[in-house]
Amino acid sequence: MNLHITQDTIDTIDHLQLVGEVDAYTAPKLKEVLVPLTEKQGATIVIDLQQVDYMDSTGLGIFVGALKSTKKNDGTMKLSGMTERVKRLFEITGLTEVMDIDNEVKGEAR
Amino acid sequence: MNKASDFIELTLPAKADYVGVVRLTISGVANRMGFSFDEIEDIKIAVSEACTNAVNHAYKGAEEGQIRIGCGVYDNRLEIMVVDRGKSFDYDTLNQLGPVNGKSIDQLNEGGLGLFLIESLMDKVEISGDEGVIVMMTKYLHRDEVEENVDRTSPAPTQ
Repeated sequence: MNLHITQDTIDTIDHLQLVGEVDAYTAPKLKEVLVPLTEKQGATIVIDLQQVDYMDSTGLGIFVGALKSTKKNDGTMKLSGMTERVKRLFEITGLTEVMDIDNEVKGEAR
Repeated sequence: MNKASDFIELTLPAKADYVGVVRLTISGVANRMGFSFDEIEDIKIAVSEACTNAVNHAYKGAEEGQIRIGCGVYDNRLEIMVVDRGKSFDYDTLNQLGPVNGKSIDQLNEGGLGLFLIESLMDKVEISGDEGVIVMMTKYLHRDEVEENVDRTSPAPTQ
């Protein structure tokens, strides 16, 4: 019932790897790391969701907010490797239309 | 058929810290009843959404309240009730919430997807309450696929 966030910057691309659960309890932790990244001018953010085993609307809300913020600062944000379960949430809510989602990336292929 | 064979009740502080506890408990109950993995995940999300709403909206700034969760275990369904005694929703704004549906990212609200998800993931949802909110949600068991598990946990119905 927790969330571990690993942050790594490779060639000006900010990578975040999330492991665990994104819910109302862990959301502040994610916001704390993600929001400053989205506020950088022209940031490129890639978030790896492969090991997120639970997410609800709190998580969706954070990504909506982060996307808005990156767009405002001429940056981009991509979500990668989400599980079928997490992907389903994005589909139900229609967020697949507005988010940059890349699920082709398979673990070691990167 | 309509009598709950078991009733499980939880009372927790309305804090985000405990939403995960509710999720674990409910997934245990749903698992016992023989729901599939995907159905259990749906139930977990729906219950978390209802609890998160209570945590975020019901007791905003005021004294710390409690959330009560009741689970009615029936032969053919699981009924979950999430009750708080905080402020109730504004029903008019509720209708404006929902999925993206062609809206641009600027028009999207960071909140407001929770209730939409509850309605999408559960079979039946009723929201009521003047003082506080009662979210009543039902998920039906699709017995054919899970006969074996169901028989272990609830009295077998007469064939």
